[in-house]
Amino acid sequence: MHLAQLNVAHLRAPAHSPEIAEFIAALGPINAISDAASGFVWRLKESNDPTETVKHPYGDLLLINFSVWETRESLWNFVYRSPHLEYLRRRREWFTRVAEPYSVMWWVPEGHIPSLEDGMSRLDLLRAKGPGPEAFTFKDFHEPS
Amino acid sequence: MSGDDLDALGALRDPVRRALYDYVAGRDHEVGRDEAAGGAGVGRTLAAFHLDKLVEAGLLDAGFRRLTGRTGPGSGRPAKVYRRSRREHQVSVPPRDYRTLALVLAEAVEELGGEEAAEAAARRAGERAKAPGLREALRERGYEPYDDDGGAIRLRNCPFHVIAEDRPVLVCAMNLALCEGLVAAVGEEDLAPRLDARPGECCVAFSKNKPD
Repeated sequence: MHLAQLNVAHLRAPAHSPEIAEFIAALGPINAISDAASGFVWRLKESNDPTETVKHPYGDLLLINFSVWETRESLWNFVYRSPHLEYLRRRREWFTRVAEPYSVMWWVPEGHIPSLEDGMSRLDLLRAKGPGPEAFTFKDFHEPS
Repeated sequence: MSGDDLDALGALRDPVRRALYDYVAGRDHEVGRDEAAGGAGVGRTLAAFHLDKLVEAGLLDAGFRRLTGRTGPGSGRPAKVYRRSRREHQVSVPPRDYRTLALVLAEAVEELGGEEAAEAAARRAGERAKAPGLREALRERGYEPYDDDGGAIRLRNCPFHVIAEDRPVLVCAMNLALCEGLVAAVGEEDLAPRLDARPGECCVAFSKNKPD
């Protein structure tokens, strides 16, 4: 099984505005690190232009990251043990604080590319019912059954 | 405190064992018996005996690896190699448990959105350091600094490992702020701390400020 992760963030201003420019400029290098990382399988992209964020029907200020990894460790090492960590540390400069969960994981069969609708419903499930085998987090991790 | 932890640390009372442990713990690779013996300045048989005692105590992990890089028939038996165990041992007399309290406080900080205040407090804690230099200040706090090939100081150990695994963004941000405070306290402002996280190490590295 492979591990899918969906992660949403609420931008403080539209993606093309000057307040967000530094973050948008970092997408190229950070995506390159993700795509070259050990255990990386797939990432949802709008196009090959890294500054073009994923388009979706969930609101213009919602930024979506959606990817599939071979293991928990490979995803953890990209998120927290790579230059990505510095952008997480500075997240408040570009994103508003949200009280509810903004990141969800679940297991998918190898070779399966999950849909964004599936990901958003997993996030809803996590928000409504808390972590479980169908929708979980790093902190409340579930191994594949 | 568990009796096992006390027994584990008791294994370090022997000076040869302590020297072997320090040598293996300070390497960035798995160490064979010959290398460890040379590093600690003792014979190979004695080193092998004490290395295995350290494994029994849970302070080192052992594995087998071909040290020659050759494979296949004729490449010899794989050698026994050692590395520092990831297990933590804590002994406090009387028993104290600051780790649980730190986990609880970290959760509260995130719930309250108090990350900036936590970073500021960490920076102040660093600014109170009294050490004569940055490396000493780092060693006193358990960071295990070493010089990397690019002229930066990197840190082999994360002193806050358990809490950092639980709340990585909060703890790494506080760690960076603490290191900024240390640099200011010891007056080595030409060494700029920044987040440069890698698997298996502390998230902070110090690089020389170059004039632009």
